Amino acid sequence: MREISAQLITQTVKRLCIDANIHLPTDVKEALAAADGEETWPLAKETLRYIKQNAEVAVQNEMPVCQDTGMACVFLKIGQDMHIDGNLTEAVNEGVRQGYTEGMLRKSVVRDPLDRVNTGDNTPAVLYTELVAGEHVEITVAPKGFGSENMSQIAMLPPSAGEQGVRDFVLKVVEEAGPNPCPPIVVGVGIGGTFDRAALLAKQALLRPLGERNRDPYYAKMETELLESINALGIGPQGLGGKTTALAVNIETFPTHIAGLPVAVNINCHVTRHKTEVL
Amino acid sequence: MAISVITPLTKEMARSLKAGDSCLLSGVIYTARDAAHKRLCELIEQGKELPIDLRDSVIYFVGPTPAKQGAVIGSAGPTTSYRMDAYSPALIARGQTGMVGKGKRDTAVVEAMKEHGAVYFGAIGGCGALLADCITSCEVVAYEDLGAEAIHRLTVENFPVTVIIDSEGNNLYEQGRKQYLNETNKAR
Repeated sequence: MREISAQLITQTVKRLCIDANIHLPTDVKEALAAADGEETWPLAKETLRYIKQNAEVAVQNEMPVCQDTGMACVFLKIGQDMHIDGNLTEAVNEGVRQGYTEGMLRKSVVRDPLDRVNTGDNTPAVLYTELVAGEHVEITVAPKGFGSENMSQIAMLPPSAGEQGVRDFVLKVVEEAGPNPCPPIVVGVGIGGTFDRAALLAKQALLRPLGERNRDPYYAKMETELLESINALGIGPQGLGGKTTALAVNIETFPTHIAGLPVAVNINCHVTRHKTEVL
Repeated sequence: MAISVITPLTKEMARSLKAGDSCLLSGVIYTARDAAHKRLCELIEQGKELPIDLRDSVIYFVGPTPAKQGAVIGSAGPTTSYRMDAYSPALIARGQTGMVGKGKRDTAVVEAMKEHGAVYFGAIGGCGALLADCITSCEVVAYEDLGAEAIHRLTVENFPVTVIIDSEGNNLYEQGRKQYLNETNKAR
């Protein structure tokens, strides 16, 4: 059986935390450039220009793209034919601790939601593990800012609401968010499963490259059409008016109960960060 | 073109700015987020002295990342302003004339702005690296224990902001969207 050390997990998580916060992913840069090409409203174009310039300055100055360097969401796909030597959760948290401290990232995590004392090292991570075939481990770090996280919502729709109910809910969430989540946004939608699974699907949807549509043509079409509807709202970059309210809508689905139609909408800002490495 | 706004921001200057104005902010401004606002308001309630002079002051809603060696400050873009809605009216009543953030404000804040003469500026959210370049000095002046949420005194030079809500209650989020939709519908 293949064996890797917890220490290697720590080193990788650390590197991914720093890298994700400084380098805006290529798919987001491409989506911003494409949006700029289609945008006609002058103030919106100017705002998009600032946003693109910011991504370059961040790399030049080795500085985070955004001061909200997020809560570290870490997704592990662990091959069932491998063994990790050491405490995995500790290894991930140590990676976050080192990444946020040595990488000069902001420590934005409080130890208790009500007493609100900062943990001082951005731990703990929000960790999801999944067992998969094979003998490798895939690590994705997605630092999640809370300006956009706070604008996310979930609904337990009745099955009778159907596709239209889902579309209406997504548009309602984006409309209510308005300028708050730093548009242009990325909209992650999770449909089905249970209350908790729908929310996880919505977050996982945000990890998919922006230019890549759902493999099911039915949902791929819904993604494209929802993006058009959102970009007809007029909210625009930073909410100052314009076409570019969203860069992408990504939908993920899961089978659900005969009585339910859970829909979760997880909003991300234009600083949609995620970095993956396979060990 | 952009209007040069130099702090301290007098009530007269604040009242002269209109929603949609592009401004370049220069001078001393203070940072504060939720936790610092809460403490300031507690002091006001208790009738105690505040660690900063609010008269004609501008507060920037930001929690920067730590400065790298040799740098003035880390990434320093605006945080979402509505979380300060519970506190801003009390600070405006004490003389604060400017706020820099992003996103919507509630009616109580807008009413306080109208009554006392204050303006709400928007900075571009998610552009913290770019905005850091306009900050020339940074020092903690209160609540160091809050880390990124401590009150910092910043000197800014030509820091780009847009007037989102003016002292008459005009709102660029509403106006800008309406104008864009009107123009697009006309073109159709």
